Amino acid sequence: MRLKRWFKAALHRRVAADTIQPETGIGRCGTTGWSEGAATGMNKRYSIFSLARNAFSRHENWQEAWRSPTPKPRYDAVIIGGGGHGLATAYYLAKQHGMTNIAVLERGWLGGGNTGRNTTIVRSNYLWDESAALYEQAMKLWEGLSRELNYNVMFSQRGVLNLAHNLHDLREIQRRVNANRLNGIDGEVLDAQQVKDFCPAIDLRAGGRYPVLGASLQRRGGTARHDAVAWGYARAADALGVDIIQECPVQGIRVADGKVQGVETARGYIETNKLGIVVAGHSSLLAEMAGFRLPVQSVPLQALVSEPVKPAINCVVMSGAVHAYISQSDKGELVIGAGVDKYVGYGQRGSQPVTEETVAAICEMFPIFRRMRMMRQWGGIVDVCPDASPIISKTPVEGIYINCGWGTGGFKATPGSGWAFAHTVARNEPHPLNAPFTLDRYRTGYLIDEHGAAAVAH
Amino acid sequence: MAQSFRLPEGGVIDRSKSLRFSFDGRSYEGHPGDTLASALLANGVHLVGRSFKYHRPRGIFSAGAEEPNALVQLGEDPRTDPNQRATQVELFDGLTAMPQHCWPSLEFDLNETASLASRFLPSGFYYKTFMWPNWKLFEGPIRHAAGLGRAPRLPDPDRYDKTYAHCDLLVVGGGPAGLAAALAAGRRGARVLLVEQDSTLGGHLLSSPDSEIDGQPAAEWVEAARAELESLPEVRVLTRSTCFAYYDHNFLGVLEKVTDHYAPYSRPQHLPRQRMWKVRAAQVVLASGAIERPPVFRDNDRPGIMLASAASAYLRRWGVKPGGRALVLTNNDSGYRAALDLKNAGVDLAAVIDLRLAAEGPLSAQARDEGIPIRSGHAVTGTQGHLRLRKAFVAPMDGEGRRVFGGGEPIECDLLAVSGGWNPTVHLFCQSKGSLEWDEQLACFRPARSMQRNQAVVGGANGTFALGEALREAHAAGLQAAEAAGFAGSGSERQAPRAGGEGDFLPLREIYLVPSIQPVGQGGKHFVDQQHDVAASDLLLALREGYRSIEHVKRYTTTGMATDQGKTSNVNAIGIVAEHLGKPVPEVGVTTFRPPYTAVTFGAFAGRDVDGLLDPERTTPMHGWHQAQGAAFEDVGQWKRAWYYPRPGEDMHTAVAREVKATRDSLGILDATTLGKIEVRGPDAARFLDLVYTNMFSTLKVGRCRYGLMLKEDGMVFDDGVTSRLAEDRFLMTTTTGGAANVLDWLEEWLQTEWPEMKVYLTSVTEQWATMTISGPKAKALLGEVSDLKLDSETFPHMSFAEGRVAGVKARVFRISFTGEMSFEINVPARYGLAVWETLIRAGAKYAITPYGTEAMHVLRAEKGFIIVGQETDGSVTPLDLGMNWIVSKKKPDFLGRRSLFRPDMQKPDRKQLVGIETEDGREVLPEGAQLVESNGAARPPVPMVGHVTSSYWSPNCGKAIALALVKGGQARMGQRLYAPLADRTVACTITEPVFFDKAGERLHG
Repeated sequence: MRLKRWFKAALHRRVAADTIQPETGIGRCGTTGWSEGAATGMNKRYSIFSLARNAFSRHENWQEAWRSPTPKPRYDAVIIGGGGHGLATAYYLAKQHGMTNIAVLERGWLGGGNTGRNTTIVRSNYLWDESAALYEQAMKLWEGLSRELNYNVMFSQRGVLNLAHNLHDLREIQRRVNANRLNGIDGEVLDAQQVKDFCPAIDLRAGGRYPVLGASLQRRGGTARHDAVAWGYARAADALGVDIIQECPVQGIRVADGKVQGVETARGYIETNKLGIVVAGHSSLLAEMAGFRLPVQSVPLQALVSEPVKPAINCVVMSGAVHAYISQSDKGELVIGAGVDKYVGYGQRGSQPVTEETVAAICEMFPIFRRMRMMRQWGGIVDVCPDASPIISKTPVEGIYINCGWGTGGFKATPGSGWAFAHTVARNEPHPLNAPFTLDRYRTGYLIDEHGAAAVAH
Repeated sequence: MAQSFRLPEGGVIDRSKSLRFSFDGRSYEGHPGDTLASALLANGVHLVGRSFKYHRPRGIFSAGAEEPNALVQLGEDPRTDPNQRATQVELFDGLTAMPQHCWPSLEFDLNETASLASRFLPSGFYYKTFMWPNWKLFEGPIRHAAGLGRAPRLPDPDRYDKTYAHCDLLVVGGGPAGLAAALAAGRRGARVLLVEQDSTLGGHLLSSPDSEIDGQPAAEWVEAARAELESLPEVRVLTRSTCFAYYDHNFLGVLEKVTDHYAPYSRPQHLPRQRMWKVRAAQVVLASGAIERPPVFRDNDRPGIMLASAASAYLRRWGVKPGGRALVLTNNDSGYRAALDLKNAGVDLAAVIDLRLAAEGPLSAQARDEGIPIRSGHAVTGTQGHLRLRKAFVAPMDGEGRRVFGGGEPIECDLLAVSGGWNPTVHLFCQSKGSLEWDEQLACFRPARSMQRNQAVVGGANGTFALGEALREAHAAGLQAAEAAGFAGSGSERQAPRAGGEGDFLPLREIYLVPSIQPVGQGGKHFVDQQHDVAASDLLLALREGYRSIEHVKRYTTTGMATDQGKTSNVNAIGIVAEHLGKPVPEVGVTTFRPPYTAVTFGAFAGRDVDGLLDPERTTPMHGWHQAQGAAFEDVGQWKRAWYYPRPGEDMHTAVAREVKATRDSLGILDATTLGKIEVRGPDAARFLDLVYTNMFSTLKVGRCRYGLMLKEDGMVFDDGVTSRLAEDRFLMTTTTGGAANVLDWLEEWLQTEWPEMKVYLTSVTEQWATMTISGPKAKALLGEVSDLKLDSETFPHMSFAEGRVAGVKARVFRISFTGEMSFEINVPARYGLAVWETLIRAGAKYAITPYGTEAMHVLRAEKGFIIVGQETDGSVTPLDLGMNWIVSKKKPDFLGRRSLFRPDMQKPDRKQLVGIETEDGREVLPEGAQLVESNGAARPPVPMVGHVTSSYWSPNCGKAIALALVKGGQARMGQRLYAPLADRTVACTITEPVFFDKAGERLHG
C-alpha cells in the first residue's frame, strides 16, 4: 500500500521535473548532499523510482553525472588525480570540511588509473594497529557508501579467505586474526574442512604441492565495482560544488618561499594554497615537480579476467604462498590478481612470465578452472613504499600534501584514504588515523611493515 | 539427418566422410573441414544462443574469431568448455554442444522477459538502484542471471605444454599476405615461423577460391605456397595457432590447439591438448587481415543476420547456403561480393540495399549486369522474426543519411548479409604499442607508427585491402625482414605474386547509425555490441550522463567488453560517439587493445607447472630414510623437512617431547641439509662480509666460525647463520632454509650494482653437501668413534671447524650449536649423506641416538632463547629489539642497515623486544600468534596490544610451557604480568628472560 503511494508520488514528481528544464546543473542539489535533493523531488537522485520515471521518458532526461566546468583561476584547494582516492578526498573536503571551492585535476579520464585496473578486493584484516585502524575506517565507510553517494558501488561482502599452506602461514594467520579481533575487526581462523565448506570450489589438495592447511576469513571483506567508486564519488563531489576537470594534465607546480602558489596545467595556471597530490603510479614524478623526493618505486602490477561464466566461486580467495588471488565479478568473469613485474617501469601492461606464474597458481588451487580462458589481461603502475604502507602526509613544501605509496592494495582503502587525506588537507595536520603514515617516518624509522599483509610480495 | 542447406558441390570439405555431432540434444551430420557453425547452418540451424542481458535469440553472425553471438558449451564434464565460438570450433565426430545462458530451453527462454523490461534496464541501471536496503539482497539473483556458460565442475584431466621458439621472422596470419611474406623470406633461407589461427592456410582466399594469383586460381596458389613452405627446411608453419599477445622486443605468445579437433576417442595420448609457444622473433610481419564491420541498424541482431563476408565464406568455403531468400545491406562494394556469391549459389536474392547514394564500383556493376536488384540510397529500417529473421523493412534515406522516408517496405527474407566496411586487425600491432591513424578514405583505423623495431604490418591488417597490392607489400616486407636478419638476395629472385582481375575499392559511406522510422532508442534497438546487448541508445545515454571519454562509454555501457572484446563493435561505438559529439573519429580515439587477441586457456599458461610441479620439491639425501622411519614432514620454502618421527602409538606431542628429552639426555641427530650454504670467495671476501653482516668477519681466523646477522637497508633483521673461514679468501656462509635464495639474490645485487669493484664470487653449495647435526652429551663420544678428528677442546673448540674423515668419508665438521648442547655439524658430499647418516645411527645406537625433526629443533633452541628468523622476526625487528646488541659492531664504519639503526624511532625504549613468556599455571601452552594485552577484563575493542607470542612449546626439559614473545619495552618488564586473550578464554602469563634452560651455557662444553 505504502509502496504504491510512494510510486504514485514519484510519478507525480516526474511530471513536475519534466516541466523544469534540468539542463543548467546549477544548484541542482544544494550543498548538503543528497537528502535535500531527494526531499525536493529533484530529478537527479537515483532510485528505482527515478529509473522507472526516466524509463517513460526514454531516459532522455537524465542529467550529467558531473559537470565539465572550465577551470577557475583560483581554488581554495586543488587535488591532482581524479582516481578513487582523489575524488574521495574532494568529496570529503566538501562534505566534512565545507570546502566547496575546490577542483580535481585529472590528466585523462576519471578512474583511468589504478582505480579502474585493480581486482576490486576490499578487506581490513591488516596486522598492525596503524593499518588496521585506517583500513577499518575505510571498511566502515564502504558499508554505507552506496547510500551515502546515492550510487551503487556494488559493495559485496562475500568474505575474503587468506589461505595458509604451511606452518608459518598458520602462525601468521593466528597472529593477524588475534590482532584483528582485539582491534575490533572481524576475523576467524578456519581449518581446512571449514575452508572447503565456505568455498566449495577450492581443492584442498591444491594440486598436491602446497595443500591448504587452513585460512583466515574476514566475512565483512569482499569486492566492489571499481569504476562505480570513482563515478559515485565524482558525482557526489560535483553535486557539492567541486569542479572536476578531466583531460587537464599538470605540467608544473609553482612554489615560492617553500610554499605552494599554484599549478601549471594544460588548461592554464591555477592558483591555490592547498595542493593535494593523489596520483598513484606517478607520485614521484609529481613530487619532483614540487621539488621533493619520495621513497617509492613504481612497478607494473597486472590483473586478468576470464570469460564470464555462471557463479563458480562465491568468495574472494587469496594465497600468499601459492601467490595468486581470485574472485568472480557480478558479470561472471573470474578476476585474478597477479604479482608485480620484476623490474620497475611505467608501461601499464605486465609481463608474460608473471601471467604464467599467477595462472599456474590458480590452476593449482582450482584444477576445475584449468579449462577456463583468459579474456583480458592488463597492468597498472603501483607506487611501492619500502615498508609496504602508504604515505598520507604533509610534505616539505608548505601547502602540499601527498597521498601515495599504496602499493598493490590501494583500492580497498579508497574511502578511508580520501577521508583522512581530506582532513589533512583541510586542517593542515593529519587525522590521528593517518598520523603514523608520514613521509617523515623513513627518516625517523617509525616503519609500518605490512609486507606480510600485502597480498602480493613486493 | 539431411544437410538440406549443403550445396551439391564446392567448399574445402571432405564430402566423402560424415561426422555425427549433436547440438542442444539433437543429432546432425557434417563433414571434415566444417566448423560447428558451418555444420549447423548446413542443417538449417540458425538459432544458436541467447544474448547476455536481454536473452534475445541469436544466430551465427560471422565465420571467425569475431563472433559475438554463436557461443556454445562444448563437451561434458570434466572436458567441458564454456563460451566456445561455434565459428571456430572444428567439427569432429561425436562433438556435443549445448546452448548456454537460457532456461528452460533455447527456443523458449523465460529470461527473455528481461527483454520486455529492457526499457527499465538501460546501461548502468544497476548503478542507480539496488541500494536499499542493501546490494546483497539483489546481488545473488543478478549474479545468477549474468555469466554465460558454465565452468567445469571437475578437475581438468588434460595436459598442456609450453615451449620456446626463436626465429628470424615470425609471420602472423596465413592468408595471401602472410604466405607471400613467408615465401619471400623463406626462399632466402631465413628461419620463418608462420602462425595461422585457422585449421588451414589461405585466409579470405578460402572464400574466394577463384580469385586469380599468378595466373592460377587462388586455391591452387595457396596449395602451392603451402607445399613450397613445407619444403623449405628452415620454415615452420603452425596452423590452429593464434598469436594472442605481443610484448616488448618482439616477444610474442602463440597458442596452438594441438588435439582439440580430434574426436575424444582418437586423441593421440602423447600429445598435449594445447601448447603455448613463446616466440622471440628477430623480425615480425603482421598479416592478420581485417574484420568486416557490421552496419548498426534497428533490430540488427536476429538469427539470420550475418556479415556479408561470412555469408560468402559459408557458401564458398563450406558449401553451405546460409539462407533461402537473402537481402544484402552494404555501404561499400564488398557487400556485392556476397550478393554475387549468393546468386551464383542459387539463393533467391531479394535485393542489395546500398547505403551509398550511388552504387558504382566494379562489383556493383557486375551485380547489376547479373540482374540483382540494387537499391542505393536506401536503408534497412528494421527487421522482424523472433527465432529467425522473417522480413526486413527498407526505405529511402535523405541525402544526409540521417532520416528515412515512409514507413519502410517489408521484404521477406531469412538471410540478411551486412557490410559496413572493414577494420584492419590491428590488435597485435596496438599491443606492441604501435599507434593508429584514421584513414578517411577507407574509414578505418590503420597502423601509423610502430614502436617496435623490426616490425611490419601488411595486407588487410595495414588497410591494404586490394589483393594485388597486399601481395606486393607482403612480399617486400618478407624480403626486407630476411635482409635485416642477414639473408641477402641472390639477384635472381622471384617477383611478388600478382593478382589478376581485381577491382579497386570504392570509398564507403560512413553512416554509423542507420536511420529508422523512429528516433534511436524507440521501437527497437540498434545493437552495437550484440553479445552484451549494448544498443546505440545506451551509448547516447552514457554521453548524456557525462560519460564522454570513450573509456567511460565503454565501461559504463560495457560495449566491447564481451568475450569477443569488441571485434565487431568497437569502431562502430567510436563512430557513433564521434557523430553524436560532433568530433572527428580519431579525436574520440580507441580504447586500449589488450592481450589476448582471443581467449587463452588457463591450463596453457600453467603448462606442466601443476599437480605438484608448481614449485620444485627439494628433498635431502636422507629423505628416503626419514620416510622409512615414518616421519611427518613440513614445507619450509621449497624443502620437505622431517618435522617429527612418531613411533607407533605416539602423537606429535609425545614424539616431540621424546626427541627433545633424548637429545638433552644423551644424543640426537638432525638432518640440517636444507640450511642454505653459500661459498664466498675472492680477495675481497672478508671486506664484503664485513659490509653485509652487522658484526666483524675480517677478524675471523681461518678455521673458526662466527654467527652473523644480516640486515636490510632499513635496519631490520633479514637473515642469520654461521659463517666459517675456510681459508684467507674463502668463507662458507650458512643461511636459513627458506631464505637461502633471497640471500644469494641480495648479495649478488649488492656485488653487481653497488660494489662491482669487489673481487668476490658467490656459489650456492646447498645441495652439494649433506649436513647432519649430532647434539647432546654423547655427541663427542660418537664422533670420536666414527671419525679421525681430534675432538679435545684445545684443538677443536666451540665455534671452529675441522676437516677429516667421518665414517670413512671426507667431511667438514663444524662445532657449533643450535640446541645449547655440545653439537657437531657434519658435512659430507651429498652422495655420501645417507651412508654417513646410517653409520651414525648404527654407531649411535648404544647412546640411544634419536633422530629429531624441526619441531624438536624449535623446542630445543627456544629453551635456549635462540631466535628463528621469520618467526621471532617479521621484517620489523632490529638486532637491538632481539637483545642482540653484542652482535652489532661499534667499530665498523659501515654495514648494510647501519645508518637506519640510528634513526630516532629505532632507538626508542618502547619498541617491541624479545622476551620469554611463562603461563601462570605453567602447563598451558599458548598458541603461537597469541596477542598480549595489559588487562584481564573484557575490554571493548580496540584493545591496546603490547606484544605477541612468536614461539610457544611444551618444554619437557623445563617441565613447563615456555614461549618467546615480542613485547613493547619488554626487556625492562621482567616478571610483570600480561594476558593473552584467546578466542574462548584469557590466559595470564609472566614476562621472563628469553633463556629457559642452562642459562650459564655450560652444556656447550660437554
